[in-house]
Amino acid sequence: MAAPDREPVIRVRDLVVGFGDRVVLDHLSLDVRRGEILGVVGASGGGKSVLLRTIIGLIPKRQGKIEVFGIDLDAATPDETRAIGRRCGILFQQGALFSSLTALQNVQYPMREFLEASEELMTDVALAKLEMVGLTREDAEKFPSELSGGMTKRVALARALALDPEIVFLDEPTSGLDPISAEDFDSLIRTLQQTLGLTVYMNTHDLHTLNSVCDRIAALADGKVVALGDMEAMHACEHPWVHEYFGGKRARAVAHEPEPAAT
Amino acid sequence: MQPLLKSTAATDRLELSAAGSWTAVHAGELEKLVEPVLREPAAARPAVIDIAEVRELDTFGAWLIERLFRRFAEGGPEPRLVGVPEHFRGLLDEVRHTNRRPPAARGQENRFLAAVENLGRHTAEIGSDFLNLVATFGEMGVALGRAFLRPQILTSIVHHLDRVAWQAVPIILLITFLIGGIIAQQGIFHFRKFGAEDYVVDLVGILVLREIGVLLVAIMVAGRSGSSYTAELGSMKMREEIDALRTMGLDPVEVLILPRVLALVCALPILTFLGSMSALLGGGFVAWLYGGMAPEIFIERLREAISIDHFEVGIIKAPFMALVIGAVAVSEGLKVKGSAESLGLQTTTSVVKSIFYVIVLDGIFAVFFASIGM
Repeated sequence: MAAPDREPVIRVRDLVVGFGDRVVLDHLSLDVRRGEILGVVGASGGGKSVLLRTIIGLIPKRQGKIEVFGIDLDAATPDETRAIGRRCGILFQQGALFSSLTALQNVQYPMREFLEASEELMTDVALAKLEMVGLTREDAEKFPSELSGGMTKRVALARALALDPEIVFLDEPTSGLDPISAEDFDSLIRTLQQTLGLTVYMNTHDLHTLNSVCDRIAALADGKVVALGDMEAMHACEHPWVHEYFGGKRARAVAHEPEPAAT
Repeated sequence: MQPLLKSTAATDRLELSAAGSWTAVHAGELEKLVEPVLREPAAARPAVIDIAEVRELDTFGAWLIERLFRRFAEGGPEPRLVGVPEHFRGLLDEVRHTNRRPPAARGQENRFLAAVENLGRHTAEIGSDFLNLVATFGEMGVALGRAFLRPQILTSIVHHLDRVAWQAVPIILLITFLIGGIIAQQGIFHFRKFGAEDYVVDLVGILVLREIGVLLVAIMVAGRSGSSYTAELGSMKMREEIDALRTMGLDPVEVLILPRVLALVCALPILTFLGSMSALLGGGFVAWLYGGMAPEIFIERLREAISIDHFEVGIIKAPFMALVIGAVAVSEGLKVKGSAESLGLQTTTSVVKSIFYVIVLDGIFAVFFASIGM
């Protein structure tokens, strides 16, 4: 499943991020390879979201270097930054849908801003995306306040995919979903990753997702990546937090399940 | 790489070959390529779409190919898609299943009828708005009764008093001071023509104590505290915090609304008093510097010009205005729906409406005080 030799699309080197006296990420380095699904785990408040937000440029860093598509974000011109933004899609933890636009308009919004396509084409493609993430035409006309939690995540994913990005960042995509929806979402991410050739960077706590969807897992503790690799690498890791996380009862229960058939 | 679409008409079939990048970046050009083919009359010949030369494909490209495919399918024999690279197959299959259902037909609406309907709705809304306000008063009355049994409400009132009264003092003092000064300056400037500069004291004293003091302070409080009440309650409503309170068996009117409104009712008379004094000070200051009237004379004349009645007329209005501002602010806050836009809309409505009601109330009081001879 993993593609070990592909070039990295995101390179993080020696990253230091902190707030006030507190250092959240301490000389962290990480590569995300093209076409893989990378799952990032870590304790709550351990800097997963901070790392994601730093890579997409929402949080300033103190030190270090971040390259996306081989472009150093510090040295990028505004045009390059904009182009990188266009090639990345982000699913925020709470969905972050624009509350005054319908689901369909939310998906169309990035298209309107970046593309020179006709209204008709944008509507068609936006509807197609909503259908791909499992929503109906009726749902497309709803406002975010009328959507359930799972539907909000789906619309947010459709919006993240609106411009057919090369990298999608998912922040806790399955948190707050029931196991059936979560499993649907996992297989949806897998399918989309395969059909669209996406690179997926995913923050998650969901052991099942880590086990069945992710090609590689990066475990974050003490502000560093303490383990990187597949499930076996996680089990082999000596770090106490990783040991507890992957050696716990719940983790063992998931690991002993039969692998779901590949989709 | 530029996207391309070539069509070659053979005798027995129509051949279309696509090449280049069929991606979102080229969406505009792609549409121009596909449009003319779509517009052509359907031919009876079977069509063959060859995409072997397509280098890049995403959902936009895949959808446009699918659109061509469907166009040919409805006009004649089933078209064929050839030369599909293996890694594009998944995407094309995915797109094939989408947009199968026709969009729901939207009824054509009559502009005139819509305008009439809108007018009717708004008219009915005025009535229901008023009822809503009365209902809010009623709910607060009921909650007030229960609040006596629950002394915790006092803590909450003190907290809100700090925000709407104490923290508002500097800005209220500053603005009323300036307005008092401006009234005095205008009075002196125009009265000078008649040699009646001394009457500026009567002007400032009566105007400030009866009307300007309370009205100005009420309008500022509506803009400063009324709007924040609406925004607070509105965002609490959006994030289901109010529902959470209800499920805990707590009445939002008692916990959220009553302390806020009561704090406002206490705050406005205090602020009105401070504001009026500050305006008189401003007036006296300008009379001294600009009109050359010594402070002792200003105070002496003020004592003759005004009576306690003037002061009472102003200050009595304050708690009633506070009640209206508070009730409008909270009831607008509870009307907020899910979107950020509606939060902004209700906050604007809250301020506009409470200022309107304050002025209407002031008019009613003017009639009332005139008829009882105050």
